Amino acid sequence: MTAPWCDKTGHEIREAVVRGDVTARVVTEAHLARIHALDGKIDAYTQIWEEYALAMADRVDEKRRSGATLGILAGVPISLKELMCTKQGETTCASKMLAGYRSPFDGTMVQRLAAADAVFLGKVNMDEFAMGSSTENSAIKTTKNPWDLGCVPGGSSGGSAAAVAADLCSMSMGSDTGGSIRQPAALCGCVGIKPTYGRVSRFGLVAFASSLDQIGPLTKDVRDAALCLNAICGRDPMDATSVDLAVPDFTAALTGNVKGLRIGLPKEYFTDALGAEVREKVMAAIEVLRGLGAETVEVSLPHCDYAIAAYYIICTAEASANLARFDGVRYGFRHPDAKDMRGMYVMSKSAGFGPEVRRRILLGTYVLSSGYYDAYYLKAQKVRRLIKQDFDEAFEKCDVVLGPTTPSPAFRFGEKTADPLEMYLSDIYTISVNLATLPGLSLPCGLSSSGLPIGMQLIAKPFAEETLLRTAHAYEQNRGFDMGKPPIA
Amino acid sequence: MSRIGKAEVEHVAGLAQLELDEAAKERLVHEMGDILAYMDQLNALDTTNVEPMMHALEMTNVFREDCVGESLPREEALRNAPNHDEEYFIVPKILEGGNA
Repeated sequence: MTAPWCDKTGHEIREAVVRGDVTARVVTEAHLARIHALDGKIDAYTQIWEEYALAMADRVDEKRRSGATLGILAGVPISLKELMCTKQGETTCASKMLAGYRSPFDGTMVQRLAAADAVFLGKVNMDEFAMGSSTENSAIKTTKNPWDLGCVPGGSSGGSAAAVAADLCSMSMGSDTGGSIRQPAALCGCVGIKPTYGRVSRFGLVAFASSLDQIGPLTKDVRDAALCLNAICGRDPMDATSVDLAVPDFTAALTGNVKGLRIGLPKEYFTDALGAEVREKVMAAIEVLRGLGAETVEVSLPHCDYAIAAYYIICTAEASANLARFDGVRYGFRHPDAKDMRGMYVMSKSAGFGPEVRRRILLGTYVLSSGYYDAYYLKAQKVRRLIKQDFDEAFEKCDVVLGPTTPSPAFRFGEKTADPLEMYLSDIYTISVNLATLPGLSLPCGLSSSGLPIGMQLIAKPFAEETLLRTAHAYEQNRGFDMGKPPIA
Repeated sequence: MSRIGKAEVEHVAGLAQLELDEAAKERLVHEMGDILAYMDQLNALDTTNVEPMMHALEMTNVFREDCVGESLPREEALRNAPNHDEEYFIVPKILEGGNA
């Protein structure tokens, strides 16, 4: 089907709305029509906010008619991952535990996007409580990869990536604890950025692992990622871990100039574990950046092989503490047959959480339990320090680290569900970035022989998102091919 | 031989307030065993003089003025509770019913 406005980027839509070439209502209606026509195949959306979206669009159009200055995301249709607290609709985390939950407040990121005149189309699917790498752990539905409906979209922000790739929204807000923005972005051919820990307020983001979680956008191009960061970054009194640091105009970093930029290539990222096709496309991307005047230097991240083990100790430990709040008292599922307090806790948690969430709560409880704390949790925190130090040393030699986002393109449904450990290993390149609190960005760098997107990852020093965006944008503008669109209707 | 046994899975499930059927216990003995065995590779690293990274940001206390601010109206705070009246969350009786 033809999709007027749906194939446009957020900045193109915003410019058209500001110029008066189109109204926000027309853009919103076009997206809603496409969602109704196509999402039955993709299953990205969990909630479609038809009336709410049109009312938001009408407010933007009214604002323009009144002559008021329009926000930096005026009329841009956005979808939100199911774990972003919104007064509108439900906030379920794709879990039976929170079915029907209506947040009494909007999260800070949601408030900031609304203040920038964005339009919310609805919410999109995810792995339950953001635990997973394929969105197969959703209790709501199975989201398909628009490039191949037999393949997963990645996860946990799989609904976000699929919705952006299928032009069912202009951009989507995701969260990233170990790769949950970058991995699905890579598997669906989108741009996805996980900002530095502390860059974006997490107030209103349902917590998974609090020392790792960060919010960020999945977009159609690098400029949209920069634009979105302009709207959402910055200190928030409601989140003590949000950093009081000046927020630059990230779009000003998109100069196209990477002359003299030092790109570090970690030798540990280009081993036999990396698929041949992914290697080939990432190497070709490096050549494009070299052609633009960037220099490459080999760096080493000697502890990266330990990242997954450290990560799954830390994230499950934090998850077991965070998810203890779902006790059936103040919100969430309460088992109707519970007769006493202990029974209410046990029966509600056991029936409300899905298998992967239960598994992680058990692992986290185990590594924090008496007698094991030092051997697991404390050890993992020491290894986390070593991983961070690896990056510190690498950044003495380079400005940005470049490598693959994932070892292979999108995998098929069921391929990794039998063995949880194998699913965990698919996040090998993204996890250490969260442990080291760094900003990371994935962007498309080609298609596999079977037509699946391949992503490359850029990593920078803390709060050096501008370096990431500058590098990514220069590549995107000069890569010399068009990624095209997924072969859906 | 799995890294952990059924008794340990049951113990941890008790701590986590989860109940598991027999099939789930059997599965978790193997799944958790595999994952914990994978985690054991950290023991290969000498971390004797490494300071644990306890916080993601090297910041200490974040202070704010201690003043009255806006808070959630009571009815809003109670709205999502499975059982409540106008003022309270309602839970099953605590003093009866054989709590462990």
